[in-house]
Amino acid sequence: MAQVVIRNLNKKFDEVHAVKDVNLQINDKEFMVFVGPSGCGKTTTLRMVAGLESITSGEVLINDTVVNELPPMDRDIAMVFQNYALYPHMSVYDNMAFGLKMRKFDKAEIAQRVQEAADILDIGPLLKRKPRQLSGGQRQRVALGRAIVRHPQVFLFDEPLSNLDAKLRVQMRVELKKLHNRLGTTAIYVTHDQVEAMTLGDRVVVMKDGLVQQVGAPLELYNRPANRFVAGFIGSPAMNFLPVTLADTDGSLWAVGPEFRVKPPAAMAGRLRGHTGKAVLLGIRPEDLRVTNGADPADHTFEATVEVTEQLGSEILLDLTAGPAPMVASVEPTVTAKVGDRLRLAFNPDRLHVFDSQTEASI
Amino acid sequence: MIEGAAWRRWVFFYIPLTLFVFVLLFPFYWMLITTFRPDGELYQPWNSPRYQPFWTSNPTLDHIKYLFAETLFSAWLWNTMFIATISTAISLFCGVLAGYALSRLNFPFAGSLGTGIFVTYLVPQTLLFIPLADIIRNFKLGDTPWSLVLTYPTFLIPFCTWLMMGYFKSVPKELEECARIDGASRLQAMLYIIIPVAVPGILSAGIFAFTLSWNEFIYALVFLSSPEQKTVPVGVTSELIRGDVFFWGPLMAAALLGSIPVAMVYSFFVEHYVAGLTGSVKG
Repeated sequence: MAQVVIRNLNKKFDEVHAVKDVNLQINDKEFMVFVGPSGCGKTTTLRMVAGLESITSGEVLINDTVVNELPPMDRDIAMVFQNYALYPHMSVYDNMAFGLKMRKFDKAEIAQRVQEAADILDIGPLLKRKPRQLSGGQRQRVALGRAIVRHPQVFLFDEPLSNLDAKLRVQMRVELKKLHNRLGTTAIYVTHDQVEAMTLGDRVVVMKDGLVQQVGAPLELYNRPANRFVAGFIGSPAMNFLPVTLADTDGSLWAVGPEFRVKPPAAMAGRLRGHTGKAVLLGIRPEDLRVTNGADPADHTFEATVEVTEQLGSEILLDLTAGPAPMVASVEPTVTAKVGDRLRLAFNPDRLHVFDSQTEASI
Repeated sequence: MIEGAAWRRWVFFYIPLTLFVFVLLFPFYWMLITTFRPDGELYQPWNSPRYQPFWTSNPTLDHIKYLFAETLFSAWLWNTMFIATISTAISLFCGVLAGYALSRLNFPFAGSLGTGIFVTYLVPQTLLFIPLADIIRNFKLGDTPWSLVLTYPTFLIPFCTWLMMGYFKSVPKELEECARIDGASRLQAMLYIIIPVAVPGILSAGIFAFTLSWNEFIYALVFLSSPEQKTVPVGVTSELIRGDVFFWGPLMAAALLGSIPVAMVYSFFVEHYVAGLTGSVKG
């Protein structure tokens, strides 16, 4: 049983305000992912939870106890670092046993726990080796093993997969997920990779410039981004943003761009009324665009010119321009489009996003 | 390696390397050969038909025997060893702790304190020995090994501190953080993780400190006066050069024997030592 609560957490490094008023509740057994570009404060927040960074103001609670002043050793947490931080002079066994030795477990118990963790992670044959004799993936497993032998209340992961090559990263991602399902320990995971965030997290915190932008389940962030930043950060390729003006013509609302106009669905129109006459940003995900088959209503289509085509096999990415606005569309591999072609694109009206161009908040 | 034609490799690599090695090793060869040459050969005029400076036909141990029988060389060796070992131990202990603190603990003025320690290392010994001589006299330590055991750290500690500061900075911070999360206090993390990892750095600091105190001359010359208290460098120069007479055989024998312990220390730790100088730690 462990829940982590973060209240009005702030961190200032001299001039830099790295973490601003973060409020979060991480529930028992939850896998919470912090994601954001570098310098957004996600690692600093994690380090404050770990006790490696002092807290400027605010509170961190683990199981309803304020741990602000508690040294890392007394917080009953385990952390996995990006560079693994294996003790180079110790064998794999000793690396994993170190935390237990420090806590004065007896020898038999230590041996049993290390063996158990080694079995889970499939590193049994490596126990006698030194870290420098291991591959990157093996080191990562040992670092995980060192964390799980302690049976801590909370796991903290600081970009643990960043040093692995792409293929291994995908594989370890799946294993991490399995591991969490099996152990059920509360986990906080920091990454800059939105795919990792989406696939691993029960919930995801998107941060930027020290501020929490949005907290929610992965699909919630994908389907209902709170602002332009979250919309652009989650999803790959990133969402297209088209600057348009909302205009009321003949009683219905139109989004008018430089060389096109489209009609937002009726369900949205109510919310958009208030912004009539103002400039807004239209957000359309590449996967919500397709080449029209003629049956689409003209209100939901517009013309664009193909600039680049990227064949991915399962899909084609088209880099297009609609008027001056660049955009990407992910279309069926059967589409035969050449550079310079004019295409008529249809969008899925139910999946249209609109953002205020001043505040960038979702409308 | 040098790429291209064979002559390029010779001109830019082998020949310069050979010259370099020759220049470096010749003094040692000269020392070695002089040690084993009888006086009769050593004092031949250069135009004598029997003059052969680079080789000896009658090797002898006379000079070494003379050194141990007629001079206090064995006492000097012992003094030097004793003083160098203790002052190295003191300096390493202080240097490791200070280097750790200055590189890892974020306390106010850590940076300027580090620079301050470095500045004390820059004060030349030829100036510092004057006030130190006064202190040594006040404590009545003159002509005892303690005068050197206590004054050598004045330049060894700054030296070790700086070397260790650099080395500790190359040890990933996460190692220590991980240990502290694993349940170690700051002191335990230092003892069990950081210091074992920093062994190559500590060894190279130790070797340097040992060599510096082994070879130290001016303090030993000033603070020690009786022949039986002297260290090798001072003893050799003051007892084997009498007036303007150089006893070349025993001088070279003493130099040779005096450099053997240092050479042994170096070769014993050479692997660690190189790692310590070039050294980063990989987790």
